[in-house]
Amino acid sequence: MAELTYRDAVARAIAQEMTRDENVVFLGEDVAKAGGVFKATVGLLDKFGPKRVIDTPISEQAILGAAMGAAMTGLRPIAEIMFADFIAVCYDYIANEFPKTRYMTNGQVGCPLVVRCGGGGGSRFGAQHSQCIENWVMQFPGLKVVSPSSPIDVIGLLAAAVRDDDPVMFLEHKSLYATKGEVPDGEILDRLGTAKILRAGSDATILALGMMVPRSVAAAERLQAEYGVNVEVVDVRSLVPLDTQCILGSVAKTGRLFTVEENPRVLGWGAEVVSIVADEAFYDLDGPPIRITTPNIPLPAADQLEDMAIPSVDRIVATIRKSLAA
Amino acid sequence: MAKVTPPAGKSGALPPNDDIGEAKRLELYRLQVLLREAEQRAFDLFLQNQIKGTSHLSLGQEAIAAGCAAAMQPGDLSFCTYRGHAHTLARGVPVEKVLGELMGRDNGLMRGKGGSMHLTSVEHGVMGSYAIIGAHIPIACGAAWRAQYKGASDVSVCFFGDGTTNIGAFHEGINYAAIHKLPVVFVCENNLYMEYTPIADVIPVKYPAADRASAYGLERILIDGNDADVVYRTMLKAFAKARAGEGPSLIECLTYRHSGHSRADPAKYRPEGELEKWKQRDPIKIYRERLKSFDFPDETMAAIDAEIKKIIDDATTACQAAPTTSTDILFTDVYADGGWAWRN
Repeated sequence: MAELTYRDAVARAIAQEMTRDENVVFLGEDVAKAGGVFKATVGLLDKFGPKRVIDTPISEQAILGAAMGAAMTGLRPIAEIMFADFIAVCYDYIANEFPKTRYMTNGQVGCPLVVRCGGGGGSRFGAQHSQCIENWVMQFPGLKVVSPSSPIDVIGLLAAAVRDDDPVMFLEHKSLYATKGEVPDGEILDRLGTAKILRAGSDATILALGMMVPRSVAAAERLQAEYGVNVEVVDVRSLVPLDTQCILGSVAKTGRLFTVEENPRVLGWGAEVVSIVADEAFYDLDGPPIRITTPNIPLPAADQLEDMAIPSVDRIVATIRKSLAA
Repeated sequence: MAKVTPPAGKSGALPPNDDIGEAKRLELYRLQVLLREAEQRAFDLFLQNQIKGTSHLSLGQEAIAAGCAAAMQPGDLSFCTYRGHAHTLARGVPVEKVLGELMGRDNGLMRGKGGSMHLTSVEHGVMGSYAIIGAHIPIACGAAWRAQYKGASDVSVCFFGDGTTNIGAFHEGINYAAIHKLPVVFVCENNLYMEYTPIADVIPVKYPAADRASAYGLERILIDGNDADVVYRTMLKAFAKARAGEGPSLIECLTYRHSGHSRADPAKYRPEGELEKWKQRDPIKIYRERLKSFDFPDETMAAIDAEIKKIIDDATTACQAAPTTSTDILFTDVYADGGWAWRN
């Protein structure tokens, strides 16, 4: 058992999988010699050499296209798209190529690959380097979408993503890279499609993802300590596949649902979840499901503006108190 | 704008008993006739509404598909575009499977789940037909990267049209292949028109691929794409280079499509007389004359023509008799577990 940062967990996960399977290769911009702009892949070049850890040109389409061709013919590539926002310049592969290949070819060929990227706000980078892009990628049948909130989940879910036979979008959060957590020694392997109840509660359910997970846990602790409200916090972790049973089970227990989403409001992942709960658990609800999101605006750069935009512990606490009249 | 005219014909100018040999010449002729007749049949079936959707025919461009396929070895990989019927057939995929796919029948190559623009037959090395311009250029690089990484000897071949040379993925992919010396051959079929607009109207150079090769440190290769012998010889050199670890080639083949861009296009934007001029350089006409100049008897060509006609007719009959695709495959193979469930 050792304390590890989320950042170091990325490198450990990639190393674990590259050691296990020589078909795992890793490519991206500045990932090899520089160890990544977020320093999440330091040491991999030294350990595995330039044939397996590759610095690419600034060519996001070449990165994802090459990963796809390699995956179709037997390799297990991990491709890094540095900032999640850059997914927009290689969106064809996400939207049209990876997820449709298996279906269109009637199962002849698949794309077992992982695309990692660093998303999310809190770094004052402005509107083009701060976005959470879950809602850009979870709409395509055939694609899987995972977003870890802790070092141990980074390792376990990244390992599961690499071993999965479908294309997986692995959404890391930039503001979590420096956070720490206990991680056991040895191989770590988790399962895609599983949510995790981080804090049990009886009065309301919070569903959260990425950086919204630690904020939701902090909000739940304050609600308990200051207002006697006992909130269950579920880390959704995997949007596709979605662990609907865990979510419905929690809502059945608490009767109230709050989603905490960093993405701008329109068509955020919580909208789909709320729709499922409305369809399948309407009579378990004691009040309306409430989505706590970034408003529908581009993210600003300045401290006070960005802080106001992204759901904060204060906003989560205030919204839940108001709704529960606590 | 730069005007591209048909290359001068050289039929009969080659000495007998040259490098290509009798068997390969007959294979090249047979392939070209097969591609011509299959595409013509697809066109006819469209007019009869037996094929739905769209189609992009290679009528007039057969020498490229035939010349490339004849130079490829089993295990080499083809990455095609939505104009991919010819390249798919040229690798040995049965006509019935292709026509069946176009007709939405259960005997189709992908049982109707892909359609005309996505023909794929992994067992024949046809790794897909890609309908988003340029997407498959980096994908072919990836397959070639795998070959290089694993020490395999196969070469990936990526076919595309002149219009592809202006999209970002073209430049990203060719740069990537060049810096890593990947075993991939890029084949540009310059048929003078993107969809409706002449390529000459939208490029600052005369030849859209060849004139840009130097930007990636590649040799400028511009060939007569209507002469299957020229294509075949050029490809043999490019494949040998790729297999020797000396990197990619970018080959621009000058050709002309006899039909419009797609089913919906009557190609009225062409200047008067252009089609007729290029039909003088019809690849099959050229090749028939070539064979005659090597003293192949007319009966040999007639026997091949008859054999192909029977193959196309039999395939058409089989497809017309085949059941339509069962709807139970609507929900299969979205994910690797065979199903479509995205939640529990």
